[in-house]
Amino acid sequence: MKFIDEYRDAEAAKKYAESIAKITTRPWSLMEVCGGQTHAIVKFGIDTLLPPQITLLHGPGCPVCVTPVELIDKAIEIAAHPEVIFTSFGDMLRVPGTKTDLLSVKASGGDVRMVYSPLDALKMARENPDKQVVFFAVGFETTAPANAMAVYQAHLLGIKNFSILVSHVLVPPALEAILTSPTNRVQGFLAAGHVCAVMGFTEYEPIAHKYHVPIVVTGFEPVDILQGVYMVVKQLEEGRADVENAYSRAVNRIGNRDAQELIGEVFEVIPRKWRGIGEIPYSGLGLRKEFIDYDAERRFGVVHLTAEEATECISGLIMQGEKKPHECPAFGSRCTPESPLGATMVSSEGACAAYYRYRRFEEVQS
Amino acid sequence: MIDFSATCPIPISQYPHVLLAHGGGGKLMHNLIQKMFSPAFGNTNSHDSATFHLGNAQLAFTTDSYVVQPLFFPGGSIAELAVYGTVNDLAMSGARPLFLSVGFILEEGLPMETLWQVVQTMQQAAEKAGVQIVTGDTKVVDRGKGDGIFINTAGVGLIEHSLNIHPTSVRTGDVLVVSGDIGRHGIAIMATREGLAFETTIESDSAPVAEPVLNLIQAGIEVHCLRDLTRGGLASTLIEIAEASQTQIHLDENAVPVREDVQGACEILGLDPLYVANEGRFAAFIQESDAEKALAVLHAHPVCENAALIGRVIENTPGRVTLKSKIGATRIIDMLSGEQLPRIC
Repeated sequence: MKFIDEYRDAEAAKKYAESIAKITTRPWSLMEVCGGQTHAIVKFGIDTLLPPQITLLHGPGCPVCVTPVELIDKAIEIAAHPEVIFTSFGDMLRVPGTKTDLLSVKASGGDVRMVYSPLDALKMARENPDKQVVFFAVGFETTAPANAMAVYQAHLLGIKNFSILVSHVLVPPALEAILTSPTNRVQGFLAAGHVCAVMGFTEYEPIAHKYHVPIVVTGFEPVDILQGVYMVVKQLEEGRADVENAYSRAVNRIGNRDAQELIGEVFEVIPRKWRGIGEIPYSGLGLRKEFIDYDAERRFGVVHLTAEEATECISGLIMQGEKKPHECPAFGSRCTPESPLGATMVSSEGACAAYYRYRRFEEVQS
Repeated sequence: MIDFSATCPIPISQYPHVLLAHGGGGKLMHNLIQKMFSPAFGNTNSHDSATFHLGNAQLAFTTDSYVVQPLFFPGGSIAELAVYGTVNDLAMSGARPLFLSVGFILEEGLPMETLWQVVQTMQQAAEKAGVQIVTGDTKVVDRGKGDGIFINTAGVGLIEHSLNIHPTSVRTGDVLVVSGDIGRHGIAIMATREGLAFETTIESDSAPVAEPVLNLIQAGIEVHCLRDLTRGGLASTLIEIAEASQTQIHLDENAVPVREDVQGACEILGLDPLYVANEGRFAAFIQESDAEKALAVLHAHPVCENAALIGRVIENTPGRVTLKSKIGATRIIDMLSGEQLPRIC
């Protein structure tokens, strides 16, 4: 299949791996930002092709993983209302809140539905005027344009029975939070290609220069990821710290202007809590006051609901690259995809779930 | 004596209610079967149908229920599934399927025309599969208490060979053959149910497979185990067999046949075709020396024209399924908790 086969080609992958080995003279720690990349790395075994000096750290770019537990609790409380149809992307449904998850709310009689687009949820609102339709708007810059569009259209069409529970986060502030941590190990980043397809990569340029860290915009197929690794390592070996683009078939420097404008019209930058990491200033999106009527937190009176994270879970350390999943004492024993302690074990893009699913045996034994 | 005070074997604290995932073909469903049903009924049969002797005859017996929405979808309907699903379960014992029963649970308000269409299609499917529907039952539930129509079928087949077709017969050195390209049924259903439009219409692979299976046996091929790939897909099936046979199954991802449109849909939805449901596909564990002959027999049937050798049983870590990925690295294949959920981005 075009755009797939050539980027999963064993020969091409091998050649890249050899080139990386050839230019590597000392140990380097790289972080792939996006959970989709983590998933691909572990699924295809990309890291096993790399020279031993290269360590891949798994970053915070999994929207399911970084959504704070109190937002899940808010979702659960809203979904339990009898007049509510609660809609969400599929992989949020299994994420545990403090006591339960959305699929269990469904089993107890709540109307919880999986959708593929927030616009489907909006359509549902039009078709069910006697119901309140709520969409769980999670994600990074990637999903923000579609979520903004749903709110914008609801506003335009005067659809009153639609609202969104917002949990939007942004990549650049998370990179800065990682780089300023006293225990930071990351020397170069593979930036998330999908995020950059929307936002471009100008906002990464000051970060690369300020912290002297190479950032390479990277895709999601094995050859894409190896190319990203190669370009980061090459910069590190040459002592450079620039933003480069290894995903030019989808990304340009300025990104998608229309999408950016729509995000800016509907959302504003606010501080956000990240699950396992804590609050990061200017790291999220919230609805602007012109659209505040579409805020589900206000509509259902759950703004002030708070919840504590499980203390045993070290997902924050994992998402900042300070620990690997199998270094957690609970990994694979007290924490499994069936009874997860934290979201990194739930989402298919979470680093812990990926390790559990594809390589728990070797890693646990080593 | 029955112990009525026995505590529920599924931890109530964890799952006080049945979730959809308990029927999804993954870990939760297997827990339910292994911890609740099997011990309660004192039965540990780990195959698609039960086999037993009755007089001089050896019989296979199985049952299955069908709850699909929509009732009609590209490439099939609940009617074909209800016939072929049970026929295929019998075939997985190498049995010749003979008789089916059918139980209808109908929802008040179901259009009579829909029911008539289902009944006619079932009869045609039965003729195609070479079985007779000989007994049945009908119940009607209040509007809102069913989903249009639920169907249960049970089937009896005759075993005319002396092979022990069972997971415990799988041996190191066996080759693994899959009878066709995988993932079509699951994607066809999902696309129809969720209104996803792709460039081409993906049709379910729903089909009876008893004939190719019987041909394999008639050709003298040493078949060690057969299993139809339904919910949970190829991956879940292989894990079940690896665990039951205490062998390691090693797959070659490049050899697994997946049609391009199915692969494309999976890429868009973030699904792995190895876990997507099928309704006319099976996995066969065969003695290595018979591999080529088996493929030739299968390729003679249109339903198996894409049959391929996709893996081997190796001696290493019992109870494990591993896969050589497209770029040549090795990883394990694990069973999912429930159904695959499409990813966010």
